Amino acid sequence: MLNARRPNPPSARPSRRTILAGAGALVVAFRVDPKSARAATGPNLADVKAQPNAFVRIGADDTVTVVIKHLDMGQGNTTGLATILADELGADWKQVRTEFAPADAKLYNNSLMGPIQGTGGSTAVANSWFQLRKAGAAAREMLMAEAAFRWKAPVSEITVAEGVVRHAPSGRQARFGELAASAATLPVPTEPRLKDPGEWRLIGQTVPRLDSVAKTDGTAVYSLDIRRPGQVTAVVARAPRFGATVKAFDAAAARRVAGVVDVVQVPTGVAVLARDTWSAMKGREALAVTWDDSTAETRSSEAILAEYRERAKGPGLTASGRGDPQAALKGAAKVIEAEFTFPYLAHAAMEPLNATIERAADGGYDVYAGFQFQTVEQATMAAILGVTPDRVRLHSNWAGGSFGRRATPTADYLAEAATVLKASGEKTPVHLVWTREDDMAGGYYRPTVLHRVRAGIDGKGAVVGWDHVMVGKSIMIGSPFEAMIVKNGIDATTVEGASDTPYALPAYRFGVHNAREGVPVLWWRSVGHSHTAHVMEVMIDELAHAADVDPVAYRLSLLTQAPRLAGVLRLAADKAGWSAKPQDQGRGLGVAVHESFGSYVAMVADVTAQDAGIRVNRIVAAVDVGVPVNPDVIRAQVEGAVGFALSSVLRNRITLKDGRVQERNFDAYAPTRMSEMPKVEVHIVPSRTAPTGIGEPGVPVLGPAIANAVFAATGRRLRSLPLDLSGVKGA
Amino acid sequence: MPNLTVNGVTHAIDADPDMPLLWVLRDRLDATGTKYGCGIAQCGACTVHLDGQPVRACQTRLGDVGTAQVTTIEGVSGRVAEAVQAAWRRLDVVQCGYCQSGQIMSAIGLLSGNARPSDADIDGAMDGNICRCGTYQRIRAAIHEAARSLA
Repeated sequence: MLNARRPNPPSARPSRRTILAGAGALVVAFRVDPKSARAATGPNLADVKAQPNAFVRIGADDTVTVVIKHLDMGQGNTTGLATILADELGADWKQVRTEFAPADAKLYNNSLMGPIQGTGGSTAVANSWFQLRKAGAAAREMLMAEAAFRWKAPVSEITVAEGVVRHAPSGRQARFGELAASAATLPVPTEPRLKDPGEWRLIGQTVPRLDSVAKTDGTAVYSLDIRRPGQVTAVVARAPRFGATVKAFDAAAARRVAGVVDVVQVPTGVAVLARDTWSAMKGREALAVTWDDSTAETRSSEAILAEYRERAKGPGLTASGRGDPQAALKGAAKVIEAEFTFPYLAHAAMEPLNATIERAADGGYDVYAGFQFQTVEQATMAAILGVTPDRVRLHSNWAGGSFGRRATPTADYLAEAATVLKASGEKTPVHLVWTREDDMAGGYYRPTVLHRVRAGIDGKGAVVGWDHVMVGKSIMIGSPFEAMIVKNGIDATTVEGASDTPYALPAYRFGVHNAREGVPVLWWRSVGHSHTAHVMEVMIDELAHAADVDPVAYRLSLLTQAPRLAGVLRLAADKAGWSAKPQDQGRGLGVAVHESFGSYVAMVADVTAQDAGIRVNRIVAAVDVGVPVNPDVIRAQVEGAVGFALSSVLRNRITLKDGRVQERNFDAYAPTRMSEMPKVEVHIVPSRTAPTGIGEPGVPVLGPAIANAVFAATGRRLRSLPLDLSGVKGA
Repeated sequence: MPNLTVNGVTHAIDADPDMPLLWVLRDRLDATGTKYGCGIAQCGACTVHLDGQPVRACQTRLGDVGTAQVTTIEGVSGRVAEAVQAAWRRLDVVQCGYCQSGQIMSAIGLLSGNARPSDADIDGAMDGNICRCGTYQRIRAAIHEAARSLA
């Protein structure tokens, strides 16, 4: 009940009564101060827009529910985001719960993506840091104000800790649930006091993950587990070549398969709808489809790379440059000329793409999936279904991995689900399921890329020039984000990590050729850094050896203006015993260091390389992500980055033969397995700088650290990925 | 109509005997804790126990189960299961968690027959279970910890 005599929270402005009151619940809405939010993110990040936000609900039963606006695909952001808010609130970790936010770009946009709700670029913690601290602090001050009013005490004497509001002088105390309903009627403080780091009790500590129980007893719900009343399962026969279309199909045999309820054509192919997944797959096997390949990509991946190799002879568009590297190289004492190639890579998340969609009684639609790009996904489905975006309600689930695949500018698989529902007459809920083969052969790969570098040193070993050209298909060109991201033909996500190299290279040019083949490409965990870091870190290593200088010392000499990079490099080298390298035959240490998404990671790889086999024994990593919100989640992400990326360093490639994808399941595209997993040690730099992300930054340094270790072990310089010791390629 | 006993409850299943146990569990019994990952016994996400032995549900036909007791992640119980799940939680093994039902069923199978597995034993028992998030280091540590807690 509203009580006009109640004092305002300490920093409240009574004119702003932006309460979202729930029954018996305190729900906080407030505005982010754009200045403080911008300060959180450092330079080079998009402006943060002021938006109202609603992030916490306190129930009469004392539960604190933190609303998570991001997709949790395993990176642990539910735990991280809840930690930030709960610490400011003064909650006990045991009372904290989470729920996924609905699609609402006004309330839940990613402030580093502008007006879009989405998850990517390792931004979940970075863009939420001030927002959630303020939400927690505002709720804390409202509880304090309510307690002060009830106890007739000055609010300055009220404290909140571990889920209890106390007034020490009178000995009074109350649980959150006792105060929440009344506190909810108070004005929301717009500038609540944020805690000093010395007051943090959860941030920087190891708290148990909030998803560990549900993910170990089978109760965690992924979108593949959604079961709506009357739902049918759909699988789609898609063209074996990208860009092909249906010419004709015969569904008679498919319709005779037991359990099949319908067969419908959609823009991406022919959908078979059935009572269960197995019947749908059997029905699809019985379909006869002929394809029109007139607009299809029919080349092999080798032919595409051969075209890239030709194009790399030209200078391309200038992404960045200083001095005249070609002139400088003419005067160099030693010049290294190198080519690096990178294959297409599939994300191959454990949960294949899928979504359930149904028409609701009110004429709107409900969709259940692991949404990574809510604003785009909602708008895309709404356009297909002929309603306004707000009529398409998104229900987020845990995602069984993504690594970028669930965030597509075309909302591809969700759009397909909407087209299947529409074509089937919207009679029953439709669960669209991509099989493993559909998922792996379905495109949206990490682009295949070719780099050519000429770099030279003088007689003392100092770099004099670096001339760098790359060829690859841009992710952003042709997408709705082209206008925002692509400048003068340069897609920042293609060249990041090389065109902006922190190494002090006196004469430098980075040129790029945008390729245009018909293979859909997408960001794959660490995006451009997944190849640029490899090229930069292998080349620097080659120059260090050419100069006969220790590779760590050589890097440090070029990083005098990059203290955080130098810091993680020294830490990793120190912890790995860099100065006492193994002397065994065929064993070596390699190092790499790189910044991505505002985070700094160095790795030292201990590798045994003999005959055609590469065995990674141990990885020592050092990371600087600013304030380590959840140190154990950070360690887990770096361990996981090693496990995820190792198979791409050693063997994974998606290849096309006459336009057809050859790798269709885990037999041909084999992820890392238990017996290959190296020991991983993660060291975290203590910091009070605003936090950045760690979902991706562990990936880029693994490949070059291993390649450099193989060189130390064998004297053989492998450049291209995956590393191939069996042939002479790249050696 | 074949009968199927899952987690101690017998169900009459109206399905083709060729239907893989995986899809019977997920689509007919709504027991969705058992996951689909590859359908060709490469990833182990669908691991369940048949009379206590880990099997891949994607390669087990409904018609071949017979009277064997099927145990899934939802119904697994006993000292070993509790030790494994507790260790998984203590070490915060999970990331996306999608493969972990299968990982846990394989780990329970290993520890049920081998109270003190070596690292090589763990490699042997767990190499068929893919974790794309790369949680292997913690899975290994959790198996060792569960073994210690059972000793």
